[in-house]
Amino acid sequence: MAQAIFIILSLFTLGCALVVVTNRNLFHSALYLAFVFIGVAGLYFMLQAEFFAGIQVLIYVGAILTLIIFAIMLSRDLMNPNVRGFNRQWWAAAIVAGLLFLALAVVLVRAPWPAAPAGEPSPAFIAELGQALVSPAYVLPFEVVSILLLAALVGSILIARER
Amino acid sequence: MVPLSWYLIVAAALFCIGLYGVLARRNAIGILMAVELMLNAVNINLLAFWRYLTPAHMTGQVFALVVLAVAAAEAAVGLALIVAIYRTRDTVNVEEVDLMKL
Repeated sequence: MAQAIFIILSLFTLGCALVVVTNRNLFHSALYLAFVFIGVAGLYFMLQAEFFAGIQVLIYVGAILTLIIFAIMLSRDLMNPNVRGFNRQWWAAAIVAGLLFLALAVVLVRAPWPAAPAGEPSPAFIAELGQALVSPAYVLPFEVVSILLLAALVGSILIARER
Repeated sequence: MVPLSWYLIVAAALFCIGLYGVLARRNAIGILMAVELMLNAVNINLLAFWRYLTPAHMTGQVFALVVLAVAAAEAAVGLALIVAIYRTRDTVNVEEVDLMKL
């Protein structure tokens, strides 16, 4: 049952991802990107990372995708399907991506992975994650990421500002 | 139960689709969307390894959270750059933005 759901979810996600990179109309690409994000959130659910599934929908679909659609709306000619969307090396890019996937798939199938998860996450995992983020073990990466995000936001306002 | 390798293969496929988009698109916003696909593939990998190898530890989830924040920062800065380039050059086609080429 879980395997059937996984296969359907993965095919949906990968199919929408293919449309994202091949569609000529960028606005349609952005809409399919939303489906990809929701499909990935479903995969997180299957991995029992419910917190991440929620975060995925909130941040990716809610924030990043809105930002992308804003940028598409702000620039002309992006929704015009007559403009050539791909460069001259698109076939070489397809070969490189296909070969990389083949190599990765061979390695991943041959490697000996554990058949079943090594235990269950604790029932109060989200509370423990919140405490871990401010515990001595993880507080430094947490603060570094906060500063990175702040710097990125200030920088993007400075770059996009009208002079 | 779904084997771990299935998750890894789906993530690899998503990453390669994103790679194709980054290499083949002429449009800067299209490239940025493909980069988001690649970052999502990375997060699937991180969370799959967390679930199957160390579900009792926090490290996998904390690392995935860091990747998520970096993805948000990348989107904000990237789109700001695109808006700035569009304002000065009137295009978002990366083949026409060659100011720094000799």
